[in-house]
Amino acid sequence: METILQMAAVNADYGETPVLKDINLTIPKHKIIGLVGESGSGKSTMARVITGLLQPSSGEICFEGERLSVRRSRETRRKIQMVFQNPDGSLNPRHTIGRTLTDVMKFHGRARGARANEQAAELLRQMELPGDSLQRYPASFSGGQKQRIALARALAAEPDFLIADEPTSALDVSVQLMMLDLIKDLQRKRDLTVLFISHDLGVIHYICDEVAVMHRGRILEMDTTENFFRNPKTEYGKQLLDSVPVLNI
Amino acid sequence: MREKRIRKKTLMIGMIMMGLLAALAVLAPLICSCDPLEQDLYNVLKAPGSSGHLLGTDQLGRDILARLLYAGRTDLAVMVLAEIIPFFTGTFLGMVSGYFGGRAEWVITLVTDTFIAFPYYLLVIVVAFATGAGIHGIFITFMLVGWLVYARVARGVTSSLRRSEWVEAAKIMGYSDLRILVTEVFPNVLPQAVVVLMTDMAALLVSIVTLGYLGIGITPPTPDWGMMISEGQSFVTTAWWLSVLPGLMVVYTGIALSLLGDGLADFWRRDSV
Repeated sequence: METILQMAAVNADYGETPVLKDINLTIPKHKIIGLVGESGSGKSTMARVITGLLQPSSGEICFEGERLSVRRSRETRRKIQMVFQNPDGSLNPRHTIGRTLTDVMKFHGRARGARANEQAAELLRQMELPGDSLQRYPASFSGGQKQRIALARALAAEPDFLIADEPTSALDVSVQLMMLDLIKDLQRKRDLTVLFISHDLGVIHYICDEVAVMHRGRILEMDTTENFFRNPKTEYGKQLLDSVPVLNI
Repeated sequence: MREKRIRKKTLMIGMIMMGLLAALAVLAPLICSCDPLEQDLYNVLKAPGSSGHLLGTDQLGRDILARLLYAGRTDLAVMVLAEIIPFFTGTFLGMVSGYFGGRAEWVITLVTDTFIAFPYYLLVIVVAFATGAGIHGIFITFMLVGWLVYARVARGVTSSLRRSEWVEAAKIMGYSDLRILVTEVFPNVLPQAVVVLMTDMAALLVSIVTLGYLGIGITPPTPDWGMMISEGQSFVTTAWWLSVLPGLMVVYTGIALSLLGDGLADFWRRDSV
């Protein structure tokens, strides 16, 4: 199995506080990998380290076989994209959706001018957003729509690796499923690798091929979704599964 | 809906008032054929409406309408010119310090707090005495301290945006810091900075007029509203219009600027659209 990202003995901290401790993780290509754990376990910090927003204090991260340095090339940056948790903060309030998307395409040399506009419109259509969205500002969209626009922005760069940091946790239940299906569908069509971060085991079970469990800055176990839900290897994994509320109807 | 209409009206009224003022200043020679400096000692202190002088004459027989218009030209031009450079430098420095944080932010905060704690008029008067009365005193003082208020506002807005997801998304995208500042952050800082610009211009106008009133501003015989108010004071019981008319011009400009500022602020609040 081909790997896309490999982390070896990665440590990261915020000032004096260590947040990631000796992370060793291999992410296979073309899969949806779930990263699960409680709040404060370091899941989002993982995302920040992989995207380059935070520099690890030690360890090595390899992406598509190349070691990621402090200064990443534009091409490497293009290949790793991210969708954030909070839909209200994820789009520049003073840029139209069209500008947000075409800026990305121009910057990465994917398309410009009328062609960029066409591609942006096509992306929004795939996200099932209204046809006039290009000219509108973020404030006129609902949370679920904004989240799909943020996904469109990430995809405008045509990435290989997408990190989705709790992309559905701020959405209404009715909209969550739509977003999950969209990510699932896009992953298949575009052959993406997705790191799906969530604290919600139901969501993880629904969308992921494999699951990695995080606790207090460490990866405790990683397995296929089926194996993990049937038979977690660690005590903490069992606790997580036991804490899922069950509907006894 | 009704509230939205009122807000739109604020902007419209502000724009019309300011446009009118600018037109009066620019078209002064066309509106009034009198020379604002020409004295006519046979026709002093004429009441408004006297023949040939729509708003009367002052103690030296000079036409008040002409003096009001030409004073407006000078005062408004100084006001705008003295604001432009501080507006851009202050906004830029504030954005840089707010965006990068750390030492840059510390230095800018220290400098702005120090200058803001210093009494503004004292500084203006010290500079005016050091450089001699005249327009350059106002310019120098304003270059020294005018940028502070913009730096403060821009720093506040930028540091609240620094950690927002869309700024992080731009970083992940690979945009350079300069690009993020100019194309992403600046459009978000601009509305607030422009609102401050309007209020600050009104304050600057008041200080230009105050300096003129104190005799250390724009040098005579160039007409200036402040000087007109001060000169007219001696005749306030017999020829009240000498002081009241330039005073009204200052008030009018202040109202126009604040309506414009408020109107623009509302216009830019996209979420209400």
